[in-house]
Amino acid sequence: MSGEETRAAGEGPGRLRKPLFRRLAIAVPHRLVHLLRRARIVRAGRGRATVERSGAPRKRGSSLSDYVFGAVILFLFAPLMVLFIYSFNASKGGSWTGFSLVWYEKLFLGSDELWRAFGNSLAIALGSALGATALGTLAAVGTQRYAFWYRPYVAAMSFVPMIMPEIVVGVSLLVFFAGVGLKLGMLTVWIAHTTFNIPFVYLLVSARLEESDPSIVEAARDLGATETQTLFKVILPMAVPGIASGFLTAVTLSLEDFVITFFVSGPGSTTLPLYIYSAIRFGVSPVINALSAVMVAGTVLLVYPLRSFLKSFAAR
Amino acid sequence: MKRNYGGLYAAPQALWLSLFFAAPLAIIVAYSFMKKGLYGGVEPEASLDAYRALANPTLLLVAFRTLWVSLAATAATILVALPCGYSIARSRNQSLGLFLVIVPFWTNFLVRIYAWIAILGNEGFLNDFLRLAGLVGEPLQFLYNQGAVILVLVYMYLPYAILPLFSTIDKFDFTLLEAARDLGASRLEAIVKVLLPNIRGGLVTAVLFTFIPIFGAYAVPLLVGGKDSYMLGNVIADQVTKTRNWPLASAISMTVTFLTAVAAMLFALRSRRKAVHVEIDAGVEATAATRAAS
Repeated sequence: MSGEETRAAGEGPGRLRKPLFRRLAIAVPHRLVHLLRRARIVRAGRGRATVERSGAPRKRGSSLSDYVFGAVILFLFAPLMVLFIYSFNASKGGSWTGFSLVWYEKLFLGSDELWRAFGNSLAIALGSALGATALGTLAAVGTQRYAFWYRPYVAAMSFVPMIMPEIVVGVSLLVFFAGVGLKLGMLTVWIAHTTFNIPFVYLLVSARLEESDPSIVEAARDLGATETQTLFKVILPMAVPGIASGFLTAVTLSLEDFVITFFVSGPGSTTLPLYIYSAIRFGVSPVINALSAVMVAGTVLLVYPLRSFLKSFAAR
Repeated sequence: MKRNYGGLYAAPQALWLSLFFAAPLAIIVAYSFMKKGLYGGVEPEASLDAYRALANPTLLLVAFRTLWVSLAATAATILVALPCGYSIARSRNQSLGLFLVIVPFWTNFLVRIYAWIAILGNEGFLNDFLRLAGLVGEPLQFLYNQGAVILVLVYMYLPYAILPLFSTIDKFDFTLLEAARDLGASRLEAIVKVLLPNIRGGLVTAVLFTFIPIFGAYAVPLLVGGKDSYMLGNVIADQVTKTRNWPLASAISMTVTFLTAVAAMLFALRSRRKAVHVEIDAGVEATAATRAAS
């Protein structure tokens, strides 16, 4: 392997003496990738329970910690249950006055603005995920295979945005857009979302590439494949699971974001979180209850099979 | 000879992040050292006005409150998350436990805040319930105070603490706890002296993942807090959108960023030895996870 291609990441005995920042830059993202995986994006951890474990056998009885956990699960679900139940309440106020589907009717038939916001959210999410996936994947391939002068800069730039407080990112982008004279709207929201999505795609794809066998790429090169051929026929196909989870993470993060969007959106670019925000400011609105019930159901019914489909597709 | 395409691959991302992340940040830094313009914006004139304004007592009060709220919420989150992580790690069905922790977070962030408003509000579920039970005549004010802010923050960031704690506790060798008990340690002693030091990596991650976002919180104090629970995030937003004092907003942003960075560094330093372990562990686990998936 030529010197250029050695991965300078963190091998060798010198790793203990790596400067603090570098250590953080390696450890924290790894942790994050791992959590994302475990939590929701890839859910590759499914096989984990069968991994051999050392230690005492599983306990039989319950202990204090089990009760705490039970209480926490209640705590986590209670608000959503309340939302769900009250979405069927006939009256707008707090008290229960009878079963009714009036808020669902209102949600589907009388909420044009809400659906416009939903459409905006969807467009921004897909658009920014596409942009971030393209840029992040390319950079991950580059930094993983080659050493070049601004490689540390790329690594740092892919880490810092993640620990930067959202409000600071939002405010700085707002000031920047005002400075360059860009009108706030769909374009600025798209730019902002792509920006905060890039690091996540970069990390997930990098993690995948690091796990793949470098000798396969070497073999392709030795057999005479050009750089483009190697990229499209060897590297990218190997990275597909990372790319897919990067894309889905980006979509999720974009749909979720409120703080940054709040600062960089203008008239006509209201996203769903912004719409909900303005609805909340006007007080409790059962339409939001109905919306959240539909959203939870939609997530479960739509996103989950989609993820497993993509996963099985990726695992092929 | 092979050519080095690394720079070519990374260029688009590097350019994008330089333009839309580094440059805006540089502008904020620069603005924080300038004078406030008459109608918003800035005067291109070097000045330390903004940083001097930081010392004003109202702002200091907010800063201390932010620190206190973040510390209290982080501490509460970790205290609750520890037994949860332990319980999931020791259960037969770990996937179910993790699943239950994650599912509530499939709802939008704002919807979750809204749910708490619907529960705690004057006409909310809780007051309704108390009135029906005949316990109170007048509705109680649960919302718009610091308690509500801390409660909702804990709710928001619990999974961020439970997940890393679970994954380190899961790798902990539980026979060590039994050994400690056999050697005469009490249950509590065994946990404090044997379990906690061994899961330091997970604790650090959990603290970082809760403290950092809570410290920069904006939406939660805005929606469930009152005037007396404003945090630095809210002050920044107000300075930008209402008062239009950009230098001051920039200076506060710099302070928040700086303090966040210091917190991250401190925790990383304290866990210096563990960090390397975490890194190796994460690598191994990631490999195992991918194998399981494919």
